Amino acid sequence: MGTVFLVALECCSLLGIVWTSWAVPAAGEVPEPPSGMRFIVGGVYTPLFKAEGVEQATTVAPFYLDIYPVTNAQYMAFVQANLRWRRSQVSPLLADAAYLYHWQADSPLPEVDAAIAQRPVTYVSWFAARAYCRWQQKRLPSSAEWELVALASETAPDGRMDPGYQARLLEWYTLPDPAVPPLIGSGQKNYWGIYDLHGSIWEWVADFQAAFVTGAARGDKEAEGDRFCGFGAFAVSEQERVNYPAFMRYAYRSSLRGTYTLHNLGFRCAKDLP
Amino acid sequence: MQKRALAWDSRGVGSVLRLGLILLVGLVIGEASTRAQSTKPGGAPAAPAEVTGQETAVMTDAPLVPPPIKRDHPTKVIVNLEVREVVQRLADGVDYVFWTFGGRVPGKFIRVKQGDVVEFHLNNHPSSKMPHNIDLHAVTGPGGGATSTFTAPGHSSQFSFTALNPGLYVYHCATAPVGMHVANGMYGLILVEPREGFPPVDREYYIMQSEFYTRGRHGAEGLQPFDMEKAIEERPTYVVFNGAVNALVGDNALKANVGETVRLFVGNGGPNLVSSFHVIGEIFDKVYAEGGTAVRQENVQTTLVPAGGAAIVEFKLEVPGTYVLVDHSIFRAFNKGALAMLKVDGPDDKRVYSGREVDETYLGEQAPEGYAAAQRIAALGKKVEETIKQTPAIATMTKEIQVEKGKLMFMQTCAVCHQTNGQGLPQVFPPLAGSDFLMADKARSIRIVLRGTSGPISVNGTTYDSVMPPVVQLTDEQVANVLTYVRNSWGNTGEAVSADEVRLERENHN
Repeated sequence: MGTVFLVALECCSLLGIVWTSWAVPAAGEVPEPPSGMRFIVGGVYTPLFKAEGVEQATTVAPFYLDIYPVTNAQYMAFVQANLRWRRSQVSPLLADAAYLYHWQADSPLPEVDAAIAQRPVTYVSWFAARAYCRWQQKRLPSSAEWELVALASETAPDGRMDPGYQARLLEWYTLPDPAVPPLIGSGQKNYWGIYDLHGSIWEWVADFQAAFVTGAARGDKEAEGDRFCGFGAFAVSEQERVNYPAFMRYAYRSSLRGTYTLHNLGFRCAKDLP
Repeated sequence: MQKRALAWDSRGVGSVLRLGLILLVGLVIGEASTRAQSTKPGGAPAAPAEVTGQETAVMTDAPLVPPPIKRDHPTKVIVNLEVREVVQRLADGVDYVFWTFGGRVPGKFIRVKQGDVVEFHLNNHPSSKMPHNIDLHAVTGPGGGATSTFTAPGHSSQFSFTALNPGLYVYHCATAPVGMHVANGMYGLILVEPREGFPPVDREYYIMQSEFYTRGRHGAEGLQPFDMEKAIEERPTYVVFNGAVNALVGDNALKANVGETVRLFVGNGGPNLVSSFHVIGEIFDKVYAEGGTAVRQENVQTTLVPAGGAAIVEFKLEVPGTYVLVDHSIFRAFNKGALAMLKVDGPDDKRVYSGREVDETYLGEQAPEGYAAAQRIAALGKKVEETIKQTPAIATMTKEIQVEKGKLMFMQTCAVCHQTNGQGLPQVFPPLAGSDFLMADKARSIRIVLRGTSGPISVNGTTYDSVMPPVVQLTDEQVANVLTYVRNSWGNTGEAVSADEVRLERENHN
């Protein structure tokens, strides 16, 4: 089954999250990460707003995360080994018509290849991203895992209370995208040694729509009431004022379907500890 | 896993989930329920007439309005609206990333008729960074369309609605954070004509007020990012009509002729401020308050336009001149940009208005001169860069550049009272041209700009007793430039004023 829909959050919870603690491994216990990945200690994931009867906190277990987003060159290797993921062969059930649009062909044309090899692959669907990670014996990170790592600034595991840092992050969301994504590694290196989480591309997560799953029937009045209360709390919370970037990521993810491929949407992989 | 996920989508649950944060935001819910209760007298349809035929909506960029609808029956109207995120001018030297409905701010004007069935297509351009949606206040139904149009970049959504209630309605993006999407320019107007139409007029125009919140202060040059803190605290850097400072002045001013009746469709995108909409020198003969279909008041000086609301005003033009449209919360007009112009040509009527014409008060030449000055500044700037390259000793701005920069600032800030030619207005605003008072004391002139002045002063032998407010929004450098311009124009000759001198005066008296 993999890890899809691993984390089903109550709807109000997506308005913000508070990371109250990190698991601190004892000295000498930090496992050596696989090549190209970093070890991320776990944490406790606590939504700011919860409906009654919902678990208050979710524990995120320690895991590994790719240092960089997956590049076009890496994805090309995947396609060559898995021909059903070629641009011309992919099933419309698994990726929409713009899949690998920027390659212009099944293999990127030489001049295209030179320009994009070391840039994050985009125009890939959630299904494609998931298949790539499986091929690597990895998986997509959950939104909880992704957001945990993305809280970090360059110097601290939780950069939210640094208004200057948050303002810089928010700025990216207001600027038009460049014609091609920046080279991998050209963005921020954060506290965990992970690059480009901010200021480069959007990234798929395993449960990209889990934020809206209540697990039962939808569209009833009670559910709307919950959303309403969430907004009120959102508007007045000082905590949330500095967490707008996370808020916008949730909004973005919720506009997606698994088959969508977009010019600014790529991914990186995660892996469980052995 | 794939099977499960696909089945999950095909049951339609996926689309429900995509209602997304928007619904969370409650605002939408509040609006929808308000609309549901608003069956107003004469507004709610009886038995709908039969919908026949189909057409594609003609949509226009502000300040233009699509022509009145001639047909006498409802039809199916197809609306194609494209969302684009674009860099455009917010003020001279200031760029901003606008999120737009149709490529401009405000968004396209949509005109339909009561009873029409509108098939609405929202297309989010592939280059967009953000998902967007649309809440049309003309829609009766949850979210005003927002729940059906949440659209990722490079995708399209479609929904249909029947235009049950006539009136002038705002539409806006309702994607979280709603305030940010609105603050970046995502609003426009949709007019639902009543079955009987509006009475014919000679001209119709589309004007929409809104605020912008930028990281830098008013006038700070370059690409300015959105400032969430200022937006939350409701401290706008700019308040403008039609998406930019001076969007409707100079050559771009609205135009009409004496004897004509003008109808303005006025919207307010907000996101925060309520507008006190006023036309200097005109009285609204009729006001369809809040964008409703009944003339609620006649002979109105200033009408309120709520954020997320609209008004329709009509007035007949009796005498020629330049009429200035403002938000009469007046610092917004003269210090933040909420100022537009209507130029009226035709014969004088001395019975209606005699005496000295105030035509020149409103700066017909302001914009062209401003642009020309900006161009010369750029050219001179290049020249200076070249010179500095060759002669590193030259590090300060030349007086010539100061004069040009000062001129630009003068036209935006000072000319409203002192006039573009520095002549002032008799008995009210003293002249700067050839002014003995101005040239006698440089430090005093700096203080007056910084702190204003009131009470009688003598200029060239004439006593003026009025008030000049402090010009608080200018930087030291901008004050220095504007004074250098004033002291070296219209026959005045004097030495340049430096930013250091301004800073000293500011500090000495604080």
